[in-house]
Amino acid sequence: MPSRGTAPLQGELLQGTLDLLILKTLALGPAHGHTIAYAIERGSDDVLQVEHGSLYPALHRLEDRGWIASFWGTSENNRRARYYRLTPAGRRQLVQQTSRWDELVAAINRILRPTTG
Amino acid sequence: MGWTRFLRRARWDDERARELESYLEIETDANLARGMTPADARAAAHRKLDNVTLVREEIYRMNSLTFVETLWQDLRYGARLLRLNPGFALVALLSLALGIGANTAIFQAVDAVRLRTLPVKDPNGLVAVRIGVAKGGRTGSFTGNYPRLTYAQWQEIRASQQAFASLFAWGTTEFNLAEGGESRFARGLWVSGDYFSTLGVQPAVGRLLTSADDDPRACDPPAAVISYPFWQAEFGGDASAVGRALRLDGHLVTIAGVAPRGFFGLDVGRSFDVAVPLCAQAAIRPGERALDRRDVWWLAAFGRLKPGWTIDRATAHLTALSPGIFEATVPPTYRPQDVKGYLAFQLQAFPASTGVSSLRTEYGTSLWLLLSIAGLVLLIACANLANLMLARASARGREIAIRLAIGASRTRIVRQLMAESLLLTGLGAAAGVWLAQWLSRALVAFIATDQEQVFVALHLDWRVLAFTVGLAVVTCVIFGLTPALRATRTSPATMVRAMGPGLTEGRDRLSLRRALVVTQMAVSMVLVVGALLFARTFHNLATLDPGFRQDVLVATLDLRRTGVPDAQVAALHRRILERLRALPDTAAAGSADVVPIGRSFWNQTLVVDGVTQQDFPLLNRVSAGFFETMGVGFVAGRNFDGRDTLAAPRVAVVDEAFVRKYFGGKVPLGRTFQFAVGPGEPNPSYEIVGVVKNTKYADLRDPFEPIIYLASTQDPDPGSLTVLLHARNDTARLVAPVTQAVAGIDPRILINFQMLDAQIRDSLVRERLMAALSGFFATLAVLLAMVGLYGVMSYSVARRRTEIGIRLALGAGRGRIARLIVRETAWLVAVGLALAIAAGHAAASLLYGVTPGDAATLAVAVVALGAVALAASLLPARRAARLDPTAALREQ
Repeated sequence: MPSRGTAPLQGELLQGTLDLLILKTLALGPAHGHTIAYAIERGSDDVLQVEHGSLYPALHRLEDRGWIASFWGTSENNRRARYYRLTPAGRRQLVQQTSRWDELVAAINRILRPTTG
Repeated sequence: MGWTRFLRRARWDDERARELESYLEIETDANLARGMTPADARAAAHRKLDNVTLVREEIYRMNSLTFVETLWQDLRYGARLLRLNPGFALVALLSLALGIGANTAIFQAVDAVRLRTLPVKDPNGLVAVRIGVAKGGRTGSFTGNYPRLTYAQWQEIRASQQAFASLFAWGTTEFNLAEGGESRFARGLWVSGDYFSTLGVQPAVGRLLTSADDDPRACDPPAAVISYPFWQAEFGGDASAVGRALRLDGHLVTIAGVAPRGFFGLDVGRSFDVAVPLCAQAAIRPGERALDRRDVWWLAAFGRLKPGWTIDRATAHLTALSPGIFEATVPPTYRPQDVKGYLAFQLQAFPASTGVSSLRTEYGTSLWLLLSIAGLVLLIACANLANLMLARASARGREIAIRLAIGASRTRIVRQLMAESLLLTGLGAAAGVWLAQWLSRALVAFIATDQEQVFVALHLDWRVLAFTVGLAVVTCVIFGLTPALRATRTSPATMVRAMGPGLTEGRDRLSLRRALVVTQMAVSMVLVVGALLFARTFHNLATLDPGFRQDVLVATLDLRRTGVPDAQVAALHRRILERLRALPDTAAAGSADVVPIGRSFWNQTLVVDGVTQQDFPLLNRVSAGFFETMGVGFVAGRNFDGRDTLAAPRVAVVDEAFVRKYFGGKVPLGRTFQFAVGPGEPNPSYEIVGVVKNTKYADLRDPFEPIIYLASTQDPDPGSLTVLLHARNDTARLVAPVTQAVAGIDPRILINFQMLDAQIRDSLVRERLMAALSGFFATLAVLLAMVGLYGVMSYSVARRRTEIGIRLALGAGRGRIARLIVRETAWLVAVGLALAIAAGHAAASLLYGVTPGDAATLAVAVVALGAVALAASLLPARRAARLDPTAALREQ
């Protein structure tokens, strides 16, 4: 059993992925947590199932790093909701992480389908 | 992540709660829109979001500094546990506080007296110059606490040396500030011109002495520097003190300035009040002629080396200079063989960063011994602590196993145990520091006597504090953690099973605890034996018969202020003695130049039948009334009387030790002896007219030594007068009538009173200190060891419940069971005894009248410790014997 502290690469990849998806969603405009969760699910044709509970710690982490900012607003059906928007730093991060993601996918593809490469 | 976030995490949590609530509302709305019932809609929303509390906790954790958070939790948990076990907490804290407190206190004293450098500029650069190589002893007159050099030698050294950038000489003395009546003494320093500048001391007010002040041609009136405390006490810290006059032994000096606060000179343990230049010696003490006479030793020399010079190089330099210096300063009164020895002296350089201290010489060994005793007590305290922690950790093994089983991480549990130890040692250390401040002051107060004030700057030493606290923490952690680590290593299931009451006791953990108790017993035994030896030493000295009466008032009279011409001093002495003897309360009165068990002594080289003796008998000059006053009986011959005038042949009374040593025990009445004197000096023969019983002379610890008593009526050069008085009833009540009677003769006479028994008691302060402190520590050690023993035995009984139950069920008598437990303690004590005898030898040099292997002392220690051990094991033994076998076996 792996001990604590040396988390598997897999976990990190997933965590980073969720961050990337949130940033991408917010690039389209401010949104609250509920919207973000559904936007990711719908955008991936329900392939990616976001655990709605795990979204909030991720939002907190991103805000903590200064990539997104939050404010209280009113939702479509008149509910008070906490909205998030992308900061300039977050926008740079999105570009950077997107290209890293592309590299990663390309690399994995080269291994998985060497003949097509 | 930072502290601000950490400190505001509660507000953040609140924010998140609202955010999550808003999610639930929106999702519920959406569900309603999908056609769910309101209850279903809300429940589905909750399912979607999962555990809200968990989400909040995760964010909360992200906001917290985990270590601080959990540490605080652990500390609180530890505090709760300690409150739940007040007995354990109290014993552990007390052990720690006393162990740490005692060590810190005694180290403070050791540090102040032995280790700390002087509070002057660059103390490490200070170097002392003194005679390092000597074939024979030095002869002459020695005054002050550090009589290393004569004035002539000092001048030669200063003039010829090349090694020192600056050099100074100093000596100690006492000045009388009183104008008449009872004396009032100030601690004085004689200092050469460069004293203050070499030490790099800056004045608090006015100026300090310079070489211009130490010029014999311009030394009237001499300038003086007073110490800061003296300035505060005598002048209330008024700056106008500078320029004022001060009378020292009746001679005027002018105050030039005040030394800085905290500057006490070079003598650790003795502060000064007034410092005057060396040249003032001639004016203030004309009788001593210390500046002219080459056989008056009264100075010590210190200096700073020139850049590039080492101690070794300076020593080589001084050795090379020595023949010339000593050649130029030979005292004219020396006999040829003395001169030979004198010329062979060699000066050397010594590091002097810690100054000099008679306190150090006298108490150095004692303090180190006390420090090791305190160290042993700390050891016992730590063993106790270890024992307690072991017992607790094994008792909590089951709890730990269960916590592991339900998912606690191992590090978390270990950390929690550590936090508990930390709390314990933290509290213990705080109490220890508090105790140390109090203890070290008490220690110094203990050393100080009426005659001698002890001035020691006590500082809390962080190094030793860190050391002792560290030791305690390590003890706690190692012994608290070892069982915990062992418990957490095995799988919880095995652990829980193993934690059930076993059939017999397990060997492993208990044997460690047994070893600790054996150690405690052994160390306690060492301390008990040590304490008993010191107590007996003190008892031996305190109850020793010194050969004279101790209920005696000593009145020292200074007649110099009266202006009586030298020729009439003897007559004045007689008049005063007669007047005091005639007082209604006086039972007996006599005079003596040397008061027994005082600071001074007088010896001279003896010549019997023309043969110069190798050793020096002790001398005293007394009046006829001395023997009666002191209760010293005559064995043969007569006392001094009216026949023994200055014109008559010289007579002497000697003691039995003298007779035994120089006359083979045959009563030598009518025999004569001489003293070795310098060429050209009168050399009278002394006829022995009486023999008295032996008395102690300077020190109670010395054996009875040969003493020669000369008649004060035959003193060619009488000076001050010391009168010894014995009263009909209360000796202390003689002070007032004596003062009155003396003032009636001449009001300018200065008197100083001292009770002889108090003076003798003060001379035993070291023994009393050792007896009291070692007794205290031994008691402490035994108490701690008893707690440890009790703990181990009751633990052992608890672990062996089943075994004992079976034994009882099979028909073992209850007495047999109790003996089983008591026997177990017996061998622990036996091991301790063996170790104690070995250690006793270390203290041999501080003992009087007992030897380290003293059988009676050992017997007492064995009986005492045995009784204590028995008492400690009795309760567990009784518990074992009263065990109900059915109940014990049913638990299985």
